[in-house]
Amino acid sequence: MSFSLLRDARKASLAAGSERVQIPRRLLLKMAGAAAGAAALSSSGARADDAVPPADNEWSQSLGAGVVDQPYGKPSSEQAGVIRRNVPWLTAGTESSISFSPLQSLHGIITPNSLFFERYHAGRPDVEADKHRLMIHGLVDRPIILTMKDIMRFPSTSRIHFIECPANGGMEWRGAQLNSLQFTHGMVSCAEWTGVKLSTLLEEVGLKKDAKWLLVEGADGAHMARSLPLDKCLDDCLVVYAQNGEALRPEQGYPLRLIVPGWEGNVSVKWLRRIKVGDKPWYTREETSKYTDLMPDGKSRGFTWLIDAKSVITFPCPEVPLSGPGLYEIRGLAWTGNGRIKEVHVSTDGGANWRQAELKEPVLSKALTRFTIPWRWDGKPAFLESRAVDETGFVQPTLAALRKVRGTNSIYHNNSIQTWQVKPDGSIYDVQLG
Amino acid sequence: MSSSANLLPVMFAAALLAVNAVPALAAGAHKPFGYGTPATAEQIKGWDIDARGDDGKGLPPGKGDVNHGAEVFADQCASCHGTFGEGEGRYPKLAGGNGSLTADRPEPTVGSYWPFAVTLWDYINRAMPFPTPRTLSADDVYALTAYILNLNNIVPADFVADKESLPKVKMPNHDSFSWQDPRPDTTMKPCMTKCVDPSTLKIVSTAEGKDLTPRTTGPLDDMQPK
Repeated sequence: MSFSLLRDARKASLAAGSERVQIPRRLLLKMAGAAAGAAALSSSGARADDAVPPADNEWSQSLGAGVVDQPYGKPSSEQAGVIRRNVPWLTAGTESSISFSPLQSLHGIITPNSLFFERYHAGRPDVEADKHRLMIHGLVDRPIILTMKDIMRFPSTSRIHFIECPANGGMEWRGAQLNSLQFTHGMVSCAEWTGVKLSTLLEEVGLKKDAKWLLVEGADGAHMARSLPLDKCLDDCLVVYAQNGEALRPEQGYPLRLIVPGWEGNVSVKWLRRIKVGDKPWYTREETSKYTDLMPDGKSRGFTWLIDAKSVITFPCPEVPLSGPGLYEIRGLAWTGNGRIKEVHVSTDGGANWRQAELKEPVLSKALTRFTIPWRWDGKPAFLESRAVDETGFVQPTLAALRKVRGTNSIYHNNSIQTWQVKPDGSIYDVQLG
Repeated sequence: MSSSANLLPVMFAAALLAVNAVPALAAGAHKPFGYGTPATAEQIKGWDIDARGDDGKGLPPGKGDVNHGAEVFADQCASCHGTFGEGEGRYPKLAGGNGSLTADRPEPTVGSYWPFAVTLWDYINRAMPFPTPRTLSADDVYALTAYILNLNNIVPADFVADKESLPKVKMPNHDSFSWQDPRPDTTMKPCMTKCVDPSTLKIVSTAEGKDLTPRTTGPLDDMQPK
């Protein structure tokens, strides 16, 4: 009797910490009588600083929250710092800007929907799905307007693909600037996308014989628009309404977006509302003024859509240093728009010697691929690097090799090898070697 | 009696079709699903906003001159882009930068970088003004286009922009663009041992101490523009 009373009192005192839990009146009355016992327990029970074996923890000696306490689940409150972050000095405001995924705190190839990097050109529209329409017209036999219900009736496909903004790493062309994995590489994320093949929709409307290009356009204020060659559209593009099993997030284009696997993220137009079929590209602002690569001779490259092979070590990194000499598992991510990652090599001496890392299943086409390699750190200074090789045999270049061809002003498509400097205290810094 | 006897083969054929329908669908048969509704000419007209950069296809009727463009610009655009397109704060600079593309710090603007004049019309029409896109008339968009081209000394002060004149404007940087991706443009070999002499390695750049990195723990940083 006294034991159960004590337990009830503990439960009640824990519950009192939560505004959402109503303490039954009957229990409150019992608590008065149990006050002495409860005080005795708190003096002999677990404290925060010794809440390890042999002591027990509070959460192991009490009743937890019930189902639907959080009807839409949330991470542990201890993970509150694991969030998308921006570089406030980079852009005029947040509406035409970017945020970075916290790669240093993620552990798989799938980016949680809440942490998927963002890129907006006119802010995030709050689209009402029942008012959203997809219009397909131009050089087609049957121009149509589709509701979301219509789109969901078509045969569905799910695939896992990364999206990378081609400006990922763009701030590092001239030199190491940002001491952070999140800010040097966080404009890449990966999800399982579900929707309908673009080829199915194009078959539905019937292409006229002159059809060679598509204009894809968003419903946001920027009416973000890009031209895409028909071959790619018929090959592997998807028009998707779901991301990692749930409806797209507004940040990712709710209720409908395009996925152009392996190509620069900008062409995977969000809030997709119009597809126009034509015979030539449109040369929109986003494929002329932006998303073109300025070379050292003043010439510019346009329509550089492909994401070339790239990799980065995600542990250790500036945000997650080493905690003393000993055996570690170096971990990282690799990706390529050219299909599958074939190999990843890791160097701990600044690129003098390399070892082949283990690729972790699944190794999917145009998806993030995890790699690991064991490393016994002797506590001495080290330079950690990773180098991806894709199934075409393309080898991820050094920054020096890229700069030799492209200079330092091309902003986009910096897929160079990242160097992390390891200091004797285990701290990690973003550096470039010469 | 004879009618019900005739029905049998029809039903049998229908059943066969139903069985066949699934693999045919999976194989991508050309028979349309028939979902959605036909887009009417009026519906298409409302959303068909694009104007093609290289030949102006899609430009609507209407016109605008440099002087009117200056008025609209002062009213609608100057607060971000500056009265003469010089750009306020971190908002884009629209004019100047000529000859800067090979400089250490290039200034890509409409005048120094953009390859097509019609793209300017298309972009203003689809995305500007930034807080209130799609609120300008076609005439105002033509006028703004004329004004910005004039700011860049690409068209004279008496230029009138319309669907005939705009595609004929030759942009100074037009010929500097190639539209074929030349990559791969690096050919690294996957060397595995003794690839470089470690004693020659030195740090040529470090992010340490640069004070450019927003914090990556705790609440979001509000680090101010530098």
